[in-house]
Amino acid sequence: MAPVLEVDHLRVHYLTRFGVKIQAVDDVSFRLEEGQILGIAGESGCGKTTLVSGCMGLYIPPLHHTSGDVRIAGRSIIGLGPEQNRREVLGRRISIIPQGALNSLNPTRKIKDLAADMILSHDESADKKQIHERLRQRFERIGMDAEQVLGAYPVELPAGMKQRAVIGISTLLDPKVVIADEPTSALDVSTQKAVIRLLFDLMDEGIVSSMIFITHELPLLRHVSSSIAVMYAGEFVEVGTTEEVIYHPRHPYTKALMSSTLSAEPGQRIRKPVAIEGAPPNLAKPMVGCRFAERCPTVRPACHTERQHLRLVEGRQVRCDYVE
Amino acid sequence: MSSETPKFEARDLTRTYGHGKKLRVAVDRVSFTIGDEQIVSLVGQSGCGKTVLAKMLLRLERPSSGELHFAGQPIARVPDRRHHWRRVQAVFQDPFSAFNQFFTIRSQLKSSFHLFEKSPADAEMEERIDHALRAVNIEPQEVEGKYPFELSGGQMQRMLLARIFILRPEVLIADEPTSMVDACSRASILDYLMKLKRELAMTIVFVTHDIGLAYYVSDSIFIMHEGRIVEQGPPDQVTQAPKSEITRQLLDDIPQLNRDWLKRGTPSDRPANRTA
Amino acid sequence: MKLLLGLFKSPSFLVGIGLFSATVLLALGAPLFFHVDPYTRVGLPFLPPSSAHWLGTDHMGVDMFSMLVTGLRSSLEVGLVAGTVATLAGTLIGVYGGFKGGLVDDVLTAATNLFLVIPSLIVLILLSSSLEHGRSLFLIALIIGCTTWTWSARAVRAQSASLRGRDHVNLARINGYGTFGIVVLHILPYLLSYIFMVFILQTATGILAEASISMLGLGPYDSVSLGKILNEAIRNEALTDGAWWAFAPAMFLVTVIAFALFVINTSMEGVFNPRLRK
Repeated sequence: MAPVLEVDHLRVHYLTRFGVKIQAVDDVSFRLEEGQILGIAGESGCGKTTLVSGCMGLYIPPLHHTSGDVRIAGRSIIGLGPEQNRREVLGRRISIIPQGALNSLNPTRKIKDLAADMILSHDESADKKQIHERLRQRFERIGMDAEQVLGAYPVELPAGMKQRAVIGISTLLDPKVVIADEPTSALDVSTQKAVIRLLFDLMDEGIVSSMIFITHELPLLRHVSSSIAVMYAGEFVEVGTTEEVIYHPRHPYTKALMSSTLSAEPGQRIRKPVAIEGAPPNLAKPMVGCRFAERCPTVRPACHTERQHLRLVEGRQVRCDYVE
Repeated sequence: MSSETPKFEARDLTRTYGHGKKLRVAVDRVSFTIGDEQIVSLVGQSGCGKTVLAKMLLRLERPSSGELHFAGQPIARVPDRRHHWRRVQAVFQDPFSAFNQFFTIRSQLKSSFHLFEKSPADAEMEERIDHALRAVNIEPQEVEGKYPFELSGGQMQRMLLARIFILRPEVLIADEPTSMVDACSRASILDYLMKLKRELAMTIVFVTHDIGLAYYVSDSIFIMHEGRIVEQGPPDQVTQAPKSEITRQLLDDIPQLNRDWLKRGTPSDRPANRTA
Repeated sequence: MKLLLGLFKSPSFLVGIGLFSATVLLALGAPLFFHVDPYTRVGLPFLPPSSAHWLGTDHMGVDMFSMLVTGLRSSLEVGLVAGTVATLAGTLIGVYGGFKGGLVDDVLTAATNLFLVIPSLIVLILLSSSLEHGRSLFLIALIIGCTTWTWSARAVRAQSASLRGRDHVNLARINGYGTFGIVVLHILPYLLSYIFMVFILQTATGILAEASISMLGLGPYDSVSLGKILNEAIRNEALTDGAWWAFAPAMFLVTVIAFALFVINTSMEGVFNPRLRK
């Protein structure tokens, strides 16, 4: 069975107004199988959101496709014009719940109208009444009070409900793949749980078949994904199953991420978190050697000059020559 | 040496909005004491009233009824709020919207001196700014001439903290300082809070929705729900032997590594391939 | 700065600024290159356009082209002055009321609504007609400005109110800044592009308002303006005589200027979108 989503050595860059080229995604490859949940973890600025745009075919300047391929159910989406992409791909085959979506909802439209807008942009001939009916059914099915939510304006809804409405709208056309980009960042912990539960309900109900979950909270993925890719400065630095990556991280960055997050377990002894010093590298400058070298606690002289490649270490991929 | 007078004392403190049928009670007859040189956390879901309560402590909101005392005096005793702000300061949740996008970071840090009755000499101001920047592990050159949009979220949050190192208030109200910061940088923000308490004898009121963070940093935790304080006590007691259902729910809501958080089995149980 | 560069890429902006610049150039440049004299009779009344007089003559035999160019300049001046006055008044009232909220806001909003409800044209007419002597261009502009500020006040007030609760404003408060300091340093910079757009619209409004009252015969008595040209054309039955050149060019110019300004404003909205954060 062909993988639902295949990304093949994808490279994506930004071209700033002054002609500076920023290689935000530099040779990323992965496959997403049916029913799989892939977690992508990384700090802000590591390129994960750009990767999402790349996977969706949203190459709108200043974002440009450098090289590589993206295939959904075997068919490449690179090279489709924006019109065709919008009609065939977005929302239908692959859908995104963008970062900060709840803040970019048009405040002057009711939820049901926003949803109708989305569907009409894919299929101009759709009947509005039918859309509303379908919306109502879908929202009920995912456990939301359709009457209340659909007829409301975004301002009238609390953050958690807005996010869930966004998820409901994004998945209305039963996309095969859903990419959730930091769906829980601005929410409080209780709402986070509700949102993630909703995502799982969608999978259980067969509405969505596979999911990519993007976050900066690596430990969260322990509960969400079956495999994890850790991203840093535009590349994957470690890829493996959730078990392996969370409990036995190998790449120095993954280790640093795990040990810097507060998983303060009340009642147990607190492990003092170790902050990662410094900041991610400036992607506008050409990079020599390992990109994590500046901040790596186990850096060696060679790291500054030798580019690191992904290699297989005990069944998973790690981008570091010095890890065993 | 901490003093005997509690920093804050509240009795039946209430804040309401609107009137008649549209009356909304944000803080509902809350009573508490906050001691000197403590880190106290206000924990609760969005909308529980913790931010409104924090703003009342900061004198950015006025109580609708009840009493609120600061250092033994009624908080509104002196009409000029600047006196209050020389002793009680704040850091906010969204580090980007907390700064004016049109001025450089350094000039905005410098504008904090506006609060003092008498601004120190220019050279001294510059030195204090440099010192404060280093206290949050930033070299002054790193932010020289930079505007807010040129820095990362974590750096901006540290700018807010640097401002506190400059002003050296007795009390810091920290309103969700970690929620817009990457998970890997959160611990360091909390470490800075503890540093403020340790080195500058500051009393800190930490507002958060994450009881795990509160546990890491507090001497005492207040759990809030719908405007009321439903439980309070030392962190170990509140987290290990919670008395309120609300507290139990909050504990349950934080994703922990060694517990089945969603109660659906692990993701690996799902029929999925393990390739990547 | 980057925003300004973005403006120049917008076709509607280029069209608008092109048209407007053309009219300004005409008003200021024509007298330098051509003999412009709106006061001397140079021929018979209502002479049709010819090579000597490009737009013929008006009811008094004065060169129409000269009249037009002079009138254009006056109209632009009035528009700018009226626009400035209206924008200043509206901004001051709007920013202050929006920022303060509460009673101050209620009072100012009530005052604004009062002015809004009073038909400004009627006020203009009444004021103008009561000033039998002394209806100078400047005074007219002032009156127009004082009766058309209400729209700006409402628009700016809404923006100001939305900024009031921002964290950077709170931070300025707890830095001890008072109302004046906060408004100038922390509210106005965020509103500048918006206020500029307001100014453009107010200028267009000013030009149209002047044209209207001058057409009714209540305009400035001491100078030529586009509206006055229209008024004289009507009074002297230019249309019935078939002397379109005494009427149409002035009408055309008023339309063009207003259109250009509106188009500039619309194109700026697209670029200066108050999404204040990326």
